[in-house]
Amino acid sequence: MNERSEPGGVGGRPPTGGKSELILDKVSRWYGNVVAVNGVSMRVGPGVTGLLGPNGAGKSTLIHMMGGFLAPSSGSVTLDGTPIWQNPDVYRGLGLVPEREAAYDFLTGEQFIVAMAKLHKLPDPAAAARRAIGLVEMDYAAGRTIGNYSKGMKQRIKMASALVHDPPVLLLDEPFNGMDPRQRLQLMELIRRMADEGRTILFSSHILEEVERLASHIEVIVAGRHAASGDFRKIRRLMTDRPHIFLVRSSDDRALAAAIIADGSARSVQLTDKGLQIEAVDFQRFTWLLPRVSRDADVRLWEVSPADESLESVFSYLVAR
Amino acid sequence: MNATIAMITFRAMLGRRRALLLLGLPLVMLVLAVVLRATGNDDLDVSTEVLQKVALAALLPLLALIAGTGVIGPEIDDGQIMYVLTKPIPRQVVVLTKLAVAIVLVTAFAVVPTLLAGLVLTGTTAGLTPAFTVGVLVGGVAYSAVFVALAVMSRNAVTIGLLYALVWESLLGSFAPGAKQASIQQWAMSVTDKLTSASPVESTVSLPVAITLLVAVTVVGTFLAAFRLRSLTVASAE
Repeated sequence: MNERSEPGGVGGRPPTGGKSELILDKVSRWYGNVVAVNGVSMRVGPGVTGLLGPNGAGKSTLIHMMGGFLAPSSGSVTLDGTPIWQNPDVYRGLGLVPEREAAYDFLTGEQFIVAMAKLHKLPDPAAAARRAIGLVEMDYAAGRTIGNYSKGMKQRIKMASALVHDPPVLLLDEPFNGMDPRQRLQLMELIRRMADEGRTILFSSHILEEVERLASHIEVIVAGRHAASGDFRKIRRLMTDRPHIFLVRSSDDRALAAAIIADGSARSVQLTDKGLQIEAVDFQRFTWLLPRVSRDADVRLWEVSPADESLESVFSYLVAR
Repeated sequence: MNATIAMITFRAMLGRRRALLLLGLPLVMLVLAVVLRATGNDDLDVSTEVLQKVALAALLPLLALIAGTGVIGPEIDDGQIMYVLTKPIPRQVVVLTKLAVAIVLVTAFAVVPTLLAGLVLTGTTAGLTPAFTVGVLVGGVAYSAVFVALAVMSRNAVTIGLLYALVWESLLGSFAPGAKQASIQQWAMSVTDKLTSASPVESTVSLPVAITLLVAVTVVGTFLAAFRLRSLTVASAE
């Protein structure tokens, strides 16, 4: 469907006015002694930007500052030059989808979105609501109360609430949390469509694959710090280029260790009672070499498992870099 | 004032269980009034006792607490307030609307029942019923403003409010006369006292002081609530 051709209300208006650029300038936020966000500077422009980081890294804190729900302890957060904190007028051009599930459970989807349109003082709230509900394909359930919605439906009606005034900037806090794969795909498609219309969209996630599939630009946050920034290929490379640690069990650990050392594709090899712990320098080359080396040494591989593939260790590598 | 915010707030307040809570207390008082009337215990002293101890000192603070904290507290707790705050609406409009809803609820569930109970008990003798109705109304406005402000400022608004209403106003007031000076209940009593010729009604605070303090508390409460909502930090789900 092509929502641009839909008549009525504010529908079809391409987001205009300014470049819709969110700028964070040396933003820090601390709670007492705890630093949640530490000196982060970034520019978020049109297109989809993924805010990637492990849980507790400060993604929500950042989004809350971008959405005007938290004052930066130092630094500034601006949208096209206007500060966001304590400035309700920015919400004319900004939509926010909060992470928390709570919406007004006693309202129907339609009542909720119409209320949001009225709060925005749109000229035709009913038409704007219909358009937003159509965008997220919730027409069939608009008459039901939100309390009876599934998680995915709630996420979509929250999305509609943020889209009802057709904002050029959209912030989504962990939008894929708790969604099943089909809902995930639908939402990704919707976000892509929104971005194709020229919107600035930022979403947070702790799952690399999600960000990779959707975002043209990725900002990585680890432990409150801005760890990396770029397109997904760059981030991917950063993440796979790090030294990898594997745990290998084989028919003859000692012989295999000797062969690997001789080959030189690993930085270190350790004999442990659980098997060989190998630190590979070049991930690609090592995964290619290991089967060959073991075949040549006549050693049978029983198990090869990555020992540090958790996102946290990947991220901590990026930070330590 | 914002009609949409008011609509959502009314729907939240009057939905399901909370409506029963709001309705239960005034019903108890009305039943009490009817029983007293039916058994002939409805002279001026007993009527004053009921209107003062039940309507003004118990029903009013409890209902104002439920209404005042209920119009905004739960929304802040579960993050729904974000849907209202991410709109180009000045925060003081949000606070004023919430306060207006609380006052309407207090009027419906405390002021009107007080009027009804008074009419059942004494009719219009000595102006007792209108006097208490006005007293409960002005007290209700001040209580609402205080409890709305509390709900914006603290997650423990209900507890703090209960402590104030029960411990400070009721208990401490009867032991330490000084505490009576700082009590919305006593200020409301002062207004009631002025409006009725019935002798059992006695207040400890002079009328000008009472009115000044009622107005001051209402204004300061509203202002504080608006000020704090401007810099409200919404906790994330983590």
